[in-house]
Amino acid sequence: MGRVHCETNRAALLLLLLAMVMSACGTAGPTASTGAGASSAPGSASAAPTNSGGGAGAAMEAKLGVVFSMTGGAAAYGESQKKGVQLALDEINAGSGLKLTAVYEDDASTPQGGVNAFKKLVNSDKVALIIGPTLSNTALAADKVAQQAKVPVIGVSNTAGGITDIGNFIFRDSLTEAVVIPNTIKVTKEKLGIKKVAVLYGNDDAFTKAGYEAFKAALSSNGIQAVSEQTFAKGDRDFSAQLTQIKGQKPDALIVSALVEEATGIVKQARQLGITAPIIGGNGFNSPALIKNAGDAAEGVIVGAAWNSASSAPASKQFVDAFTRKYNSAPDQFAAQAYTGVKIAAEAIRSAGSTDGEKIRQALTQIKDLDTPLGRFSFTEKRDAQHTPVVQQVKGGKFTVLQ
Amino acid sequence: MEVSQLPQQLVNGLFIGSVYSLFALGYTLIFGVLDILNLAHAAVFSLGALSSLWLLQNAGLPIWLAFIGAVLLSGLLGILIDRAAFAPLRGRPDTRFSGLISSLAMAAIFEAVALGLFGAHTVGYPEGTVPLAVWQIGDVIVTSAQVAIVLVAVAMMAALTVFLRYSRVGKAIRAVAANERAARLLGVNVDRIIMLTFFISSALGGAAGVLFGLYFNSLSPDMGRAIELKGLAVIVVGGMSSVPGAVLGGLALGLSEVLTVAITGTSNLRDAVAFTVLFLILLLRPSGLLGRSSREA
Repeated sequence: MGRVHCETNRAALLLLLLAMVMSACGTAGPTASTGAGASSAPGSASAAPTNSGGGAGAAMEAKLGVVFSMTGGAAAYGESQKKGVQLALDEINAGSGLKLTAVYEDDASTPQGGVNAFKKLVNSDKVALIIGPTLSNTALAADKVAQQAKVPVIGVSNTAGGITDIGNFIFRDSLTEAVVIPNTIKVTKEKLGIKKVAVLYGNDDAFTKAGYEAFKAALSSNGIQAVSEQTFAKGDRDFSAQLTQIKGQKPDALIVSALVEEATGIVKQARQLGITAPIIGGNGFNSPALIKNAGDAAEGVIVGAAWNSASSAPASKQFVDAFTRKYNSAPDQFAAQAYTGVKIAAEAIRSAGSTDGEKIRQALTQIKDLDTPLGRFSFTEKRDAQHTPVVQQVKGGKFTVLQ
Repeated sequence: MEVSQLPQQLVNGLFIGSVYSLFALGYTLIFGVLDILNLAHAAVFSLGALSSLWLLQNAGLPIWLAFIGAVLLSGLLGILIDRAAFAPLRGRPDTRFSGLISSLAMAAIFEAVALGLFGAHTVGYPEGTVPLAVWQIGDVIVTSAQVAIVLVAVAMMAALTVFLRYSRVGKAIRAVAANERAARLLGVNVDRIIMLTFFISSALGGAAGVLFGLYFNSLSPDMGRAIELKGLAVIVVGGMSSVPGAVLGGLALGLSEVLTVAITGTSNLRDAVAFTVLFLILLLRPSGLLGRSSREA
């Protein structure tokens, strides 16, 4: 059937070209699902701590700005973070010596929203310190406002590069992949004795590529050989060709840097093809969606994280208990990091004995081995977080600490 | 090359190729009849898959009924595409480009509707929707889902071929494709036949979506994007309006993808090699593998 003229062929090729250009422009896939999933909790979020005790003796007072994404794409994370902040404020204000009040602002998951919120907090609320914002992209724009006004910032969920390079008033307590991944490789090498691995990663995404590079560096510094390196593109559903190739190399483990959508497919197809070696994932695997969508195939998957709610450290257990009592749901990594951020701020303000930005900044640089739910916490010279990450393994449909 | 992995890679390639073929058939059918590319085809692919999941979970239908329901629904979407995007432009000059743009608009609308109805998250069928058995034949591992999908795809392609060749409507479709004016003069209701062609084309697209979704168990409103370009490449290589050409082109693309990985040992070059092969085929046979040159037509 059909009339195929040379003319139609030429037109068709032209159209094909057009379609290629259009599809190349429109491949912005969902990328937000990289963090540990924020479990949106039911139950009543109790009101922010009151600051009624105005003249309560010698208690020092300080005002914190808190900027999270309460609406927009990252709203699920913002909700969890706000709960962590409120719990920390409750605990601090129940003690004596320091009364903290919080001014909450919503950045609507956008850089513009973040800049506006920071300007308001700095210029009209005159806060002593800012916690947030939720997203790295927002932080890259908004943190500049605080740096100029010499107001310290503690990021509690930003993991992208370049955030703390904005200036000496910018700190964060969220570990970057560059710290988490080497630890994951070191610990799994000790526990599982892996010698040669295959690597599979998305090569058209900044996040998955950065993860791959961190894995690669960690592998060579641990003397582990990569026998096969395979790539895929964002939106791929079929990984059988790459996985078949990997299977032929018989690696001790399969290392995957992928966002959760692709991670799910890779884990399932690897198991279907009969690859039984352990699968080690980057931060993209840190999502309940992986367990939900991959089902049984997700069992045994290993992934590093800044924090796990099953941690046995006393400070962490205490935090999990208090959080669960207050909100009737378990905290995630975002709540723990936000809670820790406020605790660090309080410690710095206390030891500075002042609400002056420069004095608080100096006190922050002195934070050393502070006992927090995340572990013994210090800031690095570059104001990044320093504490021991955890290595998790999926067991019984849950992220547990690798034994 | 890892020779021991070759049989497995060939099976992988045949499987993914058969899905490409089924998807490309819809493109080819519309192109054969109207000389127009329907760029909303990939959106129907996504909506077909997502609606089958809805039928399964919210209407409580068994998977085979949900499959049929989703296929029929996709067919109706095809009629909607025809009525909204193509019929109003018919008879105007240069409908090839205006139709292309309006079908692109339909694609955007369908994707937005899917986003609104199903959300942006990747979802999957509940476990056990299709009984999953894993068979090992020598070194080759095949799953029951793969076999079922290839069988359904082949059955649908065979049914389409028989339908076009022997049924009254099929003959009418071919008549319109060959010469619309002559068909009209012979009493064929051209408008109805075009509408029907859209129904069949989109039903095939929706079926490909459900099969694709079932195997990879990963559905999202933008799932059609990844396969859209491949479908276009398949029909160009197969011969723009040839049904067997689309089948052959799909298998060729699937095989060239996996063989690139098998031979080079890395997937960095997968798409580059696949599309280079397609390009070379076009240089040697400008009208595609099974396309007829203008002299034969």
